Amino acid sequence: MSETTIAPTPVELEVGYAGKSIPRKEDGRLVQGQGVFADDVKRHGMGYVHFVRAPYGHARIVSLDVSKAEALEGVYGTLTPDEVAELTDPFFELTTPPGSQIKDYALAVGRVRHIGEPVVAVVAASREVARDAADLVEVEYEPLDVLVDARRAQDEGAPILHDDAGTNVVWSGTFDWGDVDGALKAADRVVKIKELHFDRFSSTPLECSAALVEYDRGTGQFTLHCNHQMPGVAAIWMGPALRVPLDKLRFITQDIGGGFGNKITTHTYLTACCLLARKLRRPIQWTEWRTDQHTANAHGNERWFHDIEVAVQNDGTMLGFKVTALDDCGAFPRYEPLGCIIWAQVTPGLYRWRNIRVDFTQVVTNKSPVAPNRGYSRMQQLWLTERICDIVAHELGLDPVEVRKRNYIRTDEMPYETPNGCVYDSGDYARCLDLALELIDYESARAQQAASNGKLIGIGIGSTLDSGTNNFGQSTLLNPELQFSGNNEVATIKLDIFGEIVLTLGTVPQGQGHETVASQVAADILGVSPDQIHVRPGHDSYWNSHAGFSGTYASQFAVTGLEAVKGATEKLSLEIRRLAGGVLGGADPDDVVLEGGFAKRADNPEAALPFMACGAIVNANNAVLPPELRDITLNCRHVYVPPFTMPDFDRKFGNLTLTYATQIHACVVEIDPETGHVDILDYAAVDDCGIRIHPQIVEGQVHGATAHAIGAALHETFAYDEYGQLLTSNFYDYHVPHALDLPEIKTGHIESPSPFSSLGTKGMGEGGGAAIHAICAAIQDALRRAGKPAIVNDSFNPPERVWRMIQTPEETAALVEVTQQ
Amino acid sequence: MSDHTIGVSVNGERYEREVEGRKLLVHFLRDDLDLTGTHVGCDTGNCGACTVLLDGRAVKSCMLLAVQADGADLTTVEGLAPDGELNTLQRAFSEHHGLQCGYCTPGMLLSATYLLAQNPKPTEEEIRRGIQGNICRCTGYVNIVRAITAASGQ
Repeated sequence: MSETTIAPTPVELEVGYAGKSIPRKEDGRLVQGQGVFADDVKRHGMGYVHFVRAPYGHARIVSLDVSKAEALEGVYGTLTPDEVAELTDPFFELTTPPGSQIKDYALAVGRVRHIGEPVVAVVAASREVARDAADLVEVEYEPLDVLVDARRAQDEGAPILHDDAGTNVVWSGTFDWGDVDGALKAADRVVKIKELHFDRFSSTPLECSAALVEYDRGTGQFTLHCNHQMPGVAAIWMGPALRVPLDKLRFITQDIGGGFGNKITTHTYLTACCLLARKLRRPIQWTEWRTDQHTANAHGNERWFHDIEVAVQNDGTMLGFKVTALDDCGAFPRYEPLGCIIWAQVTPGLYRWRNIRVDFTQVVTNKSPVAPNRGYSRMQQLWLTERICDIVAHELGLDPVEVRKRNYIRTDEMPYETPNGCVYDSGDYARCLDLALELIDYESARAQQAASNGKLIGIGIGSTLDSGTNNFGQSTLLNPELQFSGNNEVATIKLDIFGEIVLTLGTVPQGQGHETVASQVAADILGVSPDQIHVRPGHDSYWNSHAGFSGTYASQFAVTGLEAVKGATEKLSLEIRRLAGGVLGGADPDDVVLEGGFAKRADNPEAALPFMACGAIVNANNAVLPPELRDITLNCRHVYVPPFTMPDFDRKFGNLTLTYATQIHACVVEIDPETGHVDILDYAAVDDCGIRIHPQIVEGQVHGATAHAIGAALHETFAYDEYGQLLTSNFYDYHVPHALDLPEIKTGHIESPSPFSSLGTKGMGEGGGAAIHAICAAIQDALRRAGKPAIVNDSFNPPERVWRMIQTPEETAALVEVTQQ
Repeated sequence: MSDHTIGVSVNGERYEREVEGRKLLVHFLRDDLDLTGTHVGCDTGNCGACTVLLDGRAVKSCMLLAVQADGADLTTVEGLAPDGELNTLQRAFSEHHGLQCGYCTPGMLLSATYLLAQNPKPTEEEIRRGIQGNICRCTGYVNIVRAITAASGQ
């Protein structure tokens, strides 16, 4: 067991706002159209930027001429690849050589590698003129062979995207835990699955990426009003590239219209905007168009799983598996190859198998780069384990419910150390499954299925873990040279002159209600109501309330964000109690209580100092204070650092995340045999994220994650043709679910407090793609019950694919082979 | 580019402006009138974030040119609670957690306003049909449907 299992002492919160679904602080401005999103920020004299983008999937830039564009009335100027190559250094790469030789700039230098890649930026007085001018930019291309199928990336003669690297492989390595070969030899049966494919999609936030970038010539300061969801990391990329210290990059966000990981890798565009703001001496406004976001911002990771072999006993006990995984990260790695390790947070899924080998390779292709889309990398791994579970059950003639229950890690084994050293903190998977089955009335659904008279009805389960609070030390398992480990988050809280309590977060929320939830935790500690706590909306790196990993990503706010809030507020509480104790006749801080905006002596509640007096004394009347109280500032900062240690590089072993929320989904689907259309008849999601501070927000996150995964399972795909053209570049072709596409989502929950967070909370919100797993399982169940031996081998199942499985089930059945030993 | 003078009434206030013929109504509202509550979420008319009422009817303001609104009476999200007191629908969205990031919310509120004006007691199916033209990527629509149901007094 790793050292991270040492639990901090739980603290009882006093007043009790935590746990209640209070009205959100954010809502008032948002329902009145008074939110401030990045595109709402305006400055006098600003110029609108429009990017000229690559019309080819892969081509050499032969020549480029911006003179006609620059001559157009209303055009302020342009930025070309040559300028970018001169004025910036390539963004640093996380991977090892030779992949690390890949050169990634703000604009395409020398070559375009995916459709929509920005080549030239044009700035004009209006967005319309900027577009007109973009049409006048002349670029001559020489098309090159295109690589769209990751499976061909390592073939002899395959087009090489990055000559500097000399290979399309970004990262490759083997993870080997337990004794897979021994398990495969000892098992009653071996189930072999030739190929599974996790499709390319993204959660496509409704607000596209945007920024208003200013440059102050006197100080060399860039100010970025933007919607980047992880500014600390953006600064680490951008500072060295722009050759400026990090403090010269000030990131400000307020309201962000959804992120889902898709706003983590916009540093390329922000860098171009910085260069333009400096060059043209005016504020630069950039708002991505929807088509731009789809073609050239961020997709989710596409992944192939090959040559899976599963060791199984006749009773359905699964002993282990091996697999060759091939990840397609698009044209540039950017946040990658982190996806080559993040999946390992949930290596065994929810199951007890101890013998696992994964040969993992990531390659570049001529497609949009990827970013950590909601459920990032773990979702793909969990889909694999869930697919294995259903295929094993069906091939062995067992009930998928029973196979899951037989193999689930049990509550009495928690905290549970996985084969690769991760520690599952708490949970009760079997109980969550029972609740989910109850919500869909499993017995009746099975009866309905039996009496379906030719209708194709299927029941499916999706079991997932939402691992939260990364140990960034996992990056060293990919590249031991990297200097990243642990995690951190910051909050500051102050009591001001007139008694105002002001709380500042380091997080960068995009709809998760952090202002509200943070105020609940702080209110309970200070004995006031959440209304009395002003939580600054958004993020500003000049507030000095952020650290290297600040941001909102990877299901961690409920631990990192709230631990920072709690730590800072406890420091403030102590300062107020020390101050009041001193002023009120020398009481010990432990004998002062905070209640209703007063600091009171416990032994004499009449002796009370209002918060306003505390704020006034310290901030504006401090000559009255005795020397021993003059260290009190009533302005307290806390940096939360989780108790991680470094993972072991040689064994690829260690604790990679602090908490694990559970989501178990169950659904009933009906397939139209004529068309292959899948209709969801019933849907239930059961969540266990430990102690819930705001249950309504938690339920909202469950709904949202479910909707994204239903979209991914049935509607949403980024499909490319053989030339690397994206066929689904807008919301016509890329169909995100609307209100009639989605079912009523029933929810249930249990609370298994995390022993590793002092509030008992666990990060949640990503959901692990549970609906993808559940729907794939239900489609396969429907086919099997109808006597069709197909397996669902793809995460994306549009009607034509389902229809094909109905018509020719032997096609995917041929992917599976079971040997008896 | 041809410029045109148009006159519109927005949330009860009268505006007269010179606009380019090709300017979209949504950009006119956001850029020229600084009414930034109306949002842009796509460039194909699918997402509905830009929904406003034009002479009482819900329209997608990215699918109209500003000049087409000449003489019209428009309502945007800023006009729903002119005195700062949230209306029934706005309160219901907050109470039922019918919004997360809030980006689709203005358009969703206007579509729901139009729906309830046409059909004061809609069924769940009718609500879902009524907001079909508005994409929300955060809520899965569950709580939006709940909020509109509650606002209709059901």
